[in-house]
Amino acid sequence: MKARRHFLAIAAALAAAAAFAAPAAAQGTIKIGELNSYKNFPAFLEPYKKGWELALEQVNAAGGVLGRKIEVVSRDDNGTPGDAVRVAEELVSREGVAFLMGTFPSNVGLAVADFAKQKKILFIAAEPLTDKIVWESGNRYTFRLRPSTYMQTAMLVPDAAKLKKKRWAIVYPNYEYGQSATRAFKELLKKAQPDAEFVTEQAVPLGKIDAGAVVQAIADAKPDAIFSSLFGPDLARFVREGNTRGLFKDTPVFNLLAGEPEYLDPLKEETPEGWYVTGYPWYGIDTAAHKRFLDAYQKKYNDYPRLGSVVGYATMMTAVEALRKAGSTDTEKLVAAMKGLTLDTPLGPITYRALDHQSTMGAYVGRIGKKDGKGVMTTYTYADGARYLPPDDEVKKLRPAE
Amino acid sequence: MASIVAQFLNGLASASTLFLIAVGLSLIFGVTRIVNFAHGSLYMLGLYAAYSLIDRFGPTPLGFWGGVIGAALLVGALGALVEVAILRRIYRAPELFQLLATFALVLVIRDAVLWHWGPEDLLGPRAPGFAGSVAILGKPFPEYDLLLIAVGPLVLVLLWLLLNRTRWGTLVRAATQDREMVGALGVNERWLFTGVFALGAFLAGLGGALQIPREPAQLFLDLTAISDAFVVVVVGGMGSIPGAFLAALLIGEIKALCIGLGTVTVGGVAISFSKLTLVVEFIVMAIVLIVRPYGLLGKPLAMQRGAGAPVELPARPDGRAMALAGLAVLAALAALPAAGTPYAVVLAIDILVFALFAASLQFIMGPAGMVSFGHAAYFGLGAYGAALLLKRAGLPMEATLALGPLVAALGAALFGAFVVRLSGVYLAMLTLAFAQIVWSIAFQWDAFTGGSNGLVGVWPSGWLSGKTAFYFLTLACVAAGVFLLRRIHFSPYGYALRAGRDSPLRADAIGLDIGRLQWVAFVIAGAFAGVAGALAGYSKGSISPEVMAVSRSVDGLVMVLLGGVQTLSGPLVGAAAFTWLQDTIARNTEYWRAILGATILFIVLAFPQGIVGQLAAWLGSRDRGAPEGMVGWRRRRA
Repeated sequence: MKARRHFLAIAAALAAAAAFAAPAAAQGTIKIGELNSYKNFPAFLEPYKKGWELALEQVNAAGGVLGRKIEVVSRDDNGTPGDAVRVAEELVSREGVAFLMGTFPSNVGLAVADFAKQKKILFIAAEPLTDKIVWESGNRYTFRLRPSTYMQTAMLVPDAAKLKKKRWAIVYPNYEYGQSATRAFKELLKKAQPDAEFVTEQAVPLGKIDAGAVVQAIADAKPDAIFSSLFGPDLARFVREGNTRGLFKDTPVFNLLAGEPEYLDPLKEETPEGWYVTGYPWYGIDTAAHKRFLDAYQKKYNDYPRLGSVVGYATMMTAVEALRKAGSTDTEKLVAAMKGLTLDTPLGPITYRALDHQSTMGAYVGRIGKKDGKGVMTTYTYADGARYLPPDDEVKKLRPAE
Repeated sequence: MASIVAQFLNGLASASTLFLIAVGLSLIFGVTRIVNFAHGSLYMLGLYAAYSLIDRFGPTPLGFWGGVIGAALLVGALGALVEVAILRRIYRAPELFQLLATFALVLVIRDAVLWHWGPEDLLGPRAPGFAGSVAILGKPFPEYDLLLIAVGPLVLVLLWLLLNRTRWGTLVRAATQDREMVGALGVNERWLFTGVFALGAFLAGLGGALQIPREPAQLFLDLTAISDAFVVVVVGGMGSIPGAFLAALLIGEIKALCIGLGTVTVGGVAISFSKLTLVVEFIVMAIVLIVRPYGLLGKPLAMQRGAGAPVELPARPDGRAMALAGLAVLAALAALPAAGTPYAVVLAIDILVFALFAASLQFIMGPAGMVSFGHAAYFGLGAYGAALLLKRAGLPMEATLALGPLVAALGAALFGAFVVRLSGVYLAMLTLAFAQIVWSIAFQWDAFTGGSNGLVGVWPSGWLSGKTAFYFLTLACVAAGVFLLRRIHFSPYGYALRAGRDSPLRADAIGLDIGRLQWVAFVIAGAFAGVAGALAGYSKGSISPEVMAVSRSVDGLVMVLLGGVQTLSGPLVGAAAFTWLQDTIARNTEYWRAILGATILFIVLAFPQGIVGQLAAWLGSRDRGAPEGMVGWRRRRA
């Protein structure tokens, strides 16, 4: 089967000479443009793709929307803003899509958001976490699904403040996401617990953490607790080195995102017990909406969903509900429909706030542990995103006027 | 005190790791002069293979160490295969052409790994017997790190013995100095090279496999490893194995020091040494190369006989046919908005921008003989210069389009002053160091440059906002740029530049100031790259540090080499081919990197002079008549 797909892929490449020719559009379908950095972040985005494909299949099986089937034109944006804007141009001008959705890294998301503003076309940002995409650089045509860096940080702060730890060490990947998480955490914790001190800050180059030295430096600062926004390989190296050097024995750790299967599963035996994280315990969410999603997903793919799957699924559902509410593929009607749009997702009902175009999707907050040699979230509650956003008047100040 | 000792040991452990990553690359370069871009990919394969083998054998001592050695052997065998199947065929291609082949391998290996091992990070087991930690001055220190600290020097000693105390080693060293002579004495140098390449690959695989207890196998390892490896090799001196060890030690310790220092307040100003880790190795490299142009223990490269391509004959100005062909292409491009689809115009803008970028790179690589691994810095300075003047200084877009390139030219003037004192790969790596330093500033200075997110809202003025209008602006700028570069190429200055490249001693003797000529070339190339960058920014409406990242520099190199480094139209063809291929393949296939890589490999083997270079050679043009005696005696500075 795989070999066959390869052959087809090669055949497709050879046939690519015809690429300039406009493809025949399927009659009567609604075309949606999807772009993402599939080959740059496959661990998150392969499940993401499965997620939206599942939703697409379900919607079309039920007859589509507005009496038409939906067709998604999906592209790889190579993980760079420059290529992403070109791909977006192609989707809009050549494929004639009704609107755009997708993107993963924040710089790509921001570039496509600005393109959407310029082209006056709707863009549903699925995954980028940067606060700026709805606040400082927010615009009329861009809406974002996932809870932002700020929101996820805010979800961890109540538990952090409850511990009444005075000396905090911080470690973060040295780019906008890590910097924003660190800034938000310091600000929010200080507000909740004015006597908190930050004794060391380690900014590690993304994907290149010198784990031994970093763990040592943190231990030398003698913190009472640690806040980390590491993920992926940096997280794995930090965890292993910290376990070996006994850093986490008596020091509670708060780590953004570490409960997401994408980052938790690779840790296996190494999973640190008792860390406070945000994540997605797919094995223990017993709402009806999630069960339906889980069953359908496992049936179709014979695999369990990752957080990416939920994001992909919810992104597609957002697109469908926006079309249904707008009753049209006209951009202005779609934008109006997206403002305040409410829909059900596997994680529960969400609303796209008219105020700043941020959805109220939340995340599960809890602690991790080991079960049968695998990392799982052992205790968790759903933190509704709506409760972890700054007051409306503050948000208004952050966002440029339309 | 205990902390300092512990951080020193941490530094030693990462130094050992760095050394193992780099030593194979140094060995391969020292003997074959191949700049092996795929070295990081081999390292990554070592980690993945070791993960799978240990998984199969079980994490017993035998299973673990058997897995590590087995993985290294497998990667070594793959290295031999690559050398025999691909690289051996292109030793006579122009300098650095092998780089293109190894770049293609990076793409293929990345996708092959994704296909076979899947996207998830794979964290291997701890090493049996070295799983825990020991207390050193009261601080727990991993046993495995102690082992690594010992392995580095052990490999160094073994390699030294191999190269200095065995017959094979003697032959390898002889081949390093004079391939033809070794061949004339009846030694089959081909197998010697295969052996060296396999050994280098084995060491890369071993370096990767030994990291199993320390980090997960993951798909970004190839790029991080190759950048670390290059830095260590160059700081140590290309081809010098003890030098690589010393460099690894230096960089490992400096990094540990930066992390250990954390944030230090000096006179009321908080300096975060921790943030410096983003770029510290490149700062070290820049300083070392400025002070010691051949690295810590490197020597000036010996003139190599039997390597490289035939020398080119002096350039002749374009004939009428060429001028007509140029005009025809220009006319066809001008007709594109009327004849083509809207997307063709969008893609053509990208292609034109990269054509100018590649042409500016070719200008220093070709006539000036300076290879740059960091040309994206000037592309990025042009883009950021224009965008910042627009956003922060409020200048009109038209003015920034002229001033952005000026920023790039100023940057090139500053860095060029240091760069032209070097030659060959050292020069290339110093350009890379400067590019990384500029990149890290743009990446970190959130308040001014927008940090890692970059700047949005960089759109052209109203009258240019239509794609067609912007296309004609781009076409005009790029055509003018390419035309000017050609004119400079055939001007007396261009000839003087080539004289300095081909025969530095004679050029010096007739009173040409080569350093100055090259510096001017660097500034000119920087300015034109800046034009391309400014156009790129406005065509996308946003920029981020990615416009000046290593990958952009590599893309530029690939375009130039793909088209043919010694031809003037080569970079244009290369840019068009590469951009179009990537766009088309990525749109139509899932594993597009691998297919792009395979396509490049095919071009490399079918057109070993680059596309235009090879076509010119086939058409029996001027390249063919190079006298045999001149083969290989090209381009070395005294």
